[in-house]
Amino acid sequence: MEQHYQHLYEMLSQVHGYIYPNEIDLQWGLLIVLYPYITGLVAGAFILASLERVFNVKVLKPTYHLALLTALSFLLVATLPLVSHLGHPERAYEIMTTPQGGSAMAIFGFVYLWYLMVVLLLEIWFDYRRDIVLWSRTTKGFKGILYKILTLGVTDLSPKTIKWDDKLGYIITLVGIPSAFILHGYVGFIFGSVKANPWWSTVLMPVIFLFSAMVSGIALVMFIYMAVSFLRKQKIDMLALDTIAKYLFYILILDFTLEGLDQIHRIYEAEESFEILELLVHGKLFITFFIFQLFLGTIIPLVSLGTLQVYKPKEKTRRLIYLASSLLVLFGVFFMRWNVVIGGQLFSKSFYGFTDYKLNLIGSEGLLMSITWVIIPFFILAFLLWLLPPWKKIHDE
Amino acid sequence: MPPQLKTLIPLFAIFITLFLVARYFLVPVSFGDQGHYRFYSVEENKEKVMQYAGKDACTECHDDKAEELSSGMHANLSCESCHGAGMIHYENPETTNIVKPDERVFCGLCHSFNPTRKDKIAQINLDEHNIDNKCIECHNPHNPWE
Repeated sequence: MEQHYQHLYEMLSQVHGYIYPNEIDLQWGLLIVLYPYITGLVAGAFILASLERVFNVKVLKPTYHLALLTALSFLLVATLPLVSHLGHPERAYEIMTTPQGGSAMAIFGFVYLWYLMVVLLLEIWFDYRRDIVLWSRTTKGFKGILYKILTLGVTDLSPKTIKWDDKLGYIITLVGIPSAFILHGYVGFIFGSVKANPWWSTVLMPVIFLFSAMVSGIALVMFIYMAVSFLRKQKIDMLALDTIAKYLFYILILDFTLEGLDQIHRIYEAEESFEILELLVHGKLFITFFIFQLFLGTIIPLVSLGTLQVYKPKEKTRRLIYLASSLLVLFGVFFMRWNVVIGGQLFSKSFYGFTDYKLNLIGSEGLLMSITWVIIPFFILAFLLWLLPPWKKIHDE
Repeated sequence: MPPQLKTLIPLFAIFITLFLVARYFLVPVSFGDQGHYRFYSVEENKEKVMQYAGKDACTECHDDKAEELSSGMHANLSCESCHGAGMIHYENPETTNIVKPDERVFCGLCHSFNPTRKDKIAQINLDEHNIDNKCIECHNPHNPWE
């Protein structure tokens, strides 16, 4: 009995005001912050790639394949934070074998599989098929065997077949854009449809998630493009970088406007939950909301990228500004997810109290586990860049 | 038909077939019979050993306590709320016994002061109220205000 009281005492020491017993411990921690963050990076990187392909923004060519490979690297890891949060990897396949059609969460397995198998893998395969066939003829050893497998036996390099690669790839990209929207809009839908939670329940949530996903994905590709060019000691294509920055700026404006609209609507409506939400953002979320998300993650990148639209300093200065902006945007969008996921669980649904979130260092829900899931995509990307280097591809133009 | 599709369509067909075959073996028998769950799990749960006997079972032998309880403020409480699960005792009354908590903190679970509690539950400050005595020395737990 004594140890129960001790545990109860510890739990109650993290509570302020009145809170229901099941609200003291947060059910969704850092791993659930990572899940929409990583999924968003995938959707954003893919949408940047489709700008080149579908909307014919040719100057983005240097980043097109990099964006696709980045999207794939992060997509392969996107489900793993969920798996480690749920804690039963041996049962993970059940989401596919016994799907529950009435549950938005349960459908994720199929949304994910569609995006992986039908969109990303196929698009990359059509894009690289000719090069894979050529590389399979000249490369020996393990890498050569890998290339031979990746050709899937389609080694025809006649102009007609290569034209088909292009056509089919184009169709896949067309299918891919709404799929990317569904993939991330869906994540926002999950939160937006929790009607008992006033911090989450808004129809704008899927749209906000989508635009912040685009912002973070574009910032990620921008950062990776600069980092890869630096590591390869190659000159950065400033025209491409300026164009990415331009799109990042435009979409950041839209994202900022939508999130602003959401908050203004909340403030103007001032429903019964408003007081507790006001206390939440001015109290427990003050640093992560106003300083990290709004000031560092949105306003500074907006001002600096906006300035570069009218005033163009030297290349070196621009590169530094782009580097800083992309990192700040990535930082800010991470805390946007944090403020949604963690923030939504910090206040009591009685609207009379708060709890605290304690992040553990180790354990399946801890900080080290989360860092692992963030680092692994970069290793996968390094492998993919070794296997399918965009700079060794044959370009038609 | 382009050669890419000649390969990809059969590949996807094989993938989908393999998935359906795997699903056939992986979905447990009786899943979906009566809803989105494994219907046999109901029978399996029924087979579990019962822990709680229920108030009627206690009354069979302890009708005096049950009557005493029914006339007081604790009338709506189940015996096992305080005495713990009693099935084992019900089945072997000679060799096993239920718990009889008598510590102050136990009563405090419901009666220590808490502003969010309903007023009709009597509340005291455990640190001030008659601290040298056990609650049950003054209050009969089966009829606290007798």
